[in-house]
Amino acid sequence: METIRISGAEAVIRCLLEEGADLIYGYPGGAIMPVYDELYKFRDKLNHTLVRHEQGAIHAAQGFARATGKVGVAIATSGPGATNLVTGIADAQIDSTPIVCITGQVAKHLLGSDAFQETDIIGISTPVTKWNIQVTEARDIPAAIAKAFYIARSGRPGPVLVDITKNAQVEEFDFKYEKCTSVRSYTPVPKLNIEKIKEAAQVINSAQKPFIVFGQGVILSEAETELKTLVEKSGIPAAWTILGLSALPTDHPLNVGMLGMHGNYAPNLMTNECDVLIALGMRFDDRVTGNLNTYAKQAKVIHFEIDPAEIDKNVKTEIAVLADLKEALTELIPLIETKKHDEWHNGFKEKAVIEYDAVIKEELNPTNGKGISMGETIEMINKHSKGDAIIVSDVGQHQMFACRYSKFNSTKSNVTSGGLGTMGFALPAAIGAKMGQPNKEVVAVIGDGGFQMNIQELGTIFQSKVPVKIVVLNNQFLGMVRQWQELFYDYRYASTEMINPNFVAIAEGYYIKAKQVAKREDLDKAVEEMLVSKDSYFLEVIVEKENNVFPMIPTGASVTDIRLS
Amino acid sequence: MEENKTFTISVYSENNVGLLNRISGIFLKRHINILSLNVSESEIEDVSRFIIVVHTTEKWVQNIVGQIEKQIEVIKAFYHIDEETVFLENALFKIHSDLFENEEIKAIIKESNSVVITTEHDFFVISKAGKRSDIKALHSKLKPYGIMQFVRSGRISVSKEKMEISQMLQDLKHN
Repeated sequence: METIRISGAEAVIRCLLEEGADLIYGYPGGAIMPVYDELYKFRDKLNHTLVRHEQGAIHAAQGFARATGKVGVAIATSGPGATNLVTGIADAQIDSTPIVCITGQVAKHLLGSDAFQETDIIGISTPVTKWNIQVTEARDIPAAIAKAFYIARSGRPGPVLVDITKNAQVEEFDFKYEKCTSVRSYTPVPKLNIEKIKEAAQVINSAQKPFIVFGQGVILSEAETELKTLVEKSGIPAAWTILGLSALPTDHPLNVGMLGMHGNYAPNLMTNECDVLIALGMRFDDRVTGNLNTYAKQAKVIHFEIDPAEIDKNVKTEIAVLADLKEALTELIPLIETKKHDEWHNGFKEKAVIEYDAVIKEELNPTNGKGISMGETIEMINKHSKGDAIIVSDVGQHQMFACRYSKFNSTKSNVTSGGLGTMGFALPAAIGAKMGQPNKEVVAVIGDGGFQMNIQELGTIFQSKVPVKIVVLNNQFLGMVRQWQELFYDYRYASTEMINPNFVAIAEGYYIKAKQVAKREDLDKAVEEMLVSKDSYFLEVIVEKENNVFPMIPTGASVTDIRLS
Repeated sequence: MEENKTFTISVYSENNVGLLNRISGIFLKRHINILSLNVSESEIEDVSRFIIVVHTTEKWVQNIVGQIEKQIEVIKAFYHIDEETVFLENALFKIHSDLFENEEIKAIIKESNSVVITTEHDFFVISKAGKRSDIKALHSKLKPYGIMQFVRSGRISVSKEKMEISQMLQDLKHN
């Protein structure tokens, strides 16, 4: 292979282009300036979006990755630039999002001298990265970045960080690029054991009350078609974790809804009724399982999982199928008998009716002169998006409403911070999702609290002309914490009430079209106007102040302790 | 509640900067104290071996070993209980040279199977390899005479069963 003599900084850009990363997010600063100088030279080939805060860069990269399935890239300088990435890195780690972070670092001879903007980002990021590396010589850059992309996207994806000292960016060397295709100490995808598939098929075929619970593994392995085929052939009802949401269309007859703390009534109760629990690419998070001592104890658990460390971590499995999910389901489906489980499925439907009468009906059509609800706002977005929008939600009550009530026709349409629960995620993540999927409508649904955690990214939306739609559900409270204070702290609203600014004026200050809706009769038209807008649009919806999200499984309680009020 | 036991975790890994931090962080995150840690070469060229001793439940040690193996630069990790390994620690006792000719001290050294590894003008050094209890016993015998310095190494151990690691690396190379 021929080499060219270039600087380390130019090598960084050429490596990114070799990996197909042409939409990246970042913020310049002293220790990364040589790379930015090359970004200037390569600006016709590589689209770098200047954010307003490094946290915005990484969340945008996450939104891009979640909406496209590609690796997201964030660039920052040393010191505070690097540490500002950390929340997003931790978020990407717990939500298995492929991210490559590139940080500048002080020159090699200054390492350990407490130089200006020096921080040990390798030490800081170690517990929250899948892998990280510091590069102090230009010639090591190509191999480090190649390995970074390979590790980020392979197996169970995750964030990686490449820290490059300034001298390495400036030095020249003979560049050539070879993609990384293996690391000897790393087995990204366990070899499928066909015997396990046979065992699983036998147990599934003989089950009377089988139940599928699926997670983001379906989306990460692009096994959506296989999931749908399995569900339809076997006739098994299927429920999702919030990161699995959109992998199966929400209106599919066998989609029985959301698991967990604020999930649907039927799938939570039926978890403790089923005889076989088939977990597909999910990790039995505590928000899904509640009390593990009373979780699905009656069921044989079959766990399809790519990460060996997840097997038996929380729930003891009868059969563990370690494999890429798509590959495993492809082998499994031919062995599955065509069946209907009508009676069993009817049990879900009956419980869904109970939930509808007790919770959903009032949420979608509030009575007694109550203000607009979050649920009816989401329903209004459904009406106009027809389920084709990407919904990016933040964290809190509105997130649970967005996940519970949004309609999704296609996969990778639900982008939310699940594991880490990062407030401030949605606004920047929506930027990345929209840039990654420019032909899709992208609606960020955010609470008034989370909106103010990365509100500065309105500047990015304005400058880079990103036509995202922003819906702020304003209840003038940190609603989820307030709900807990109401239920578990005897209405002591400690530091949850928000005295908010004029959000419309702020959005307009960034030259973003903006509107506030406070009356139910104006909601329909306002949502329609927002969605037909070609440009970015900000819609503030004043919602009922003290609504609660139900159903609810209190922390530490059993899935069967699910409360409807 | 599952009972706590002493487990020896063996980790075969690449020899890379930062990996120790990554591995120790797994214990930190779970608030589990590392009782001893030793890192050295292994029987395989360019492959390091960590020996980590912890006192915890089998469920936790399984979880930890799973998380350790998940690290990119870790090739394989195992855990064993004491009965499944051959292990020892090493201790050094720095003693004042006035005691060098002391008959009682000579007897203690002989009985305990320890050795004098160096003799200097002011002091001499006794080395003792063995189980923790043997080292403790020697320590309590020497203590009345005065110990100038004492240090004990982390546990080193080999498993009684065969480690399937060399074959694994061979396979990796061929793939």
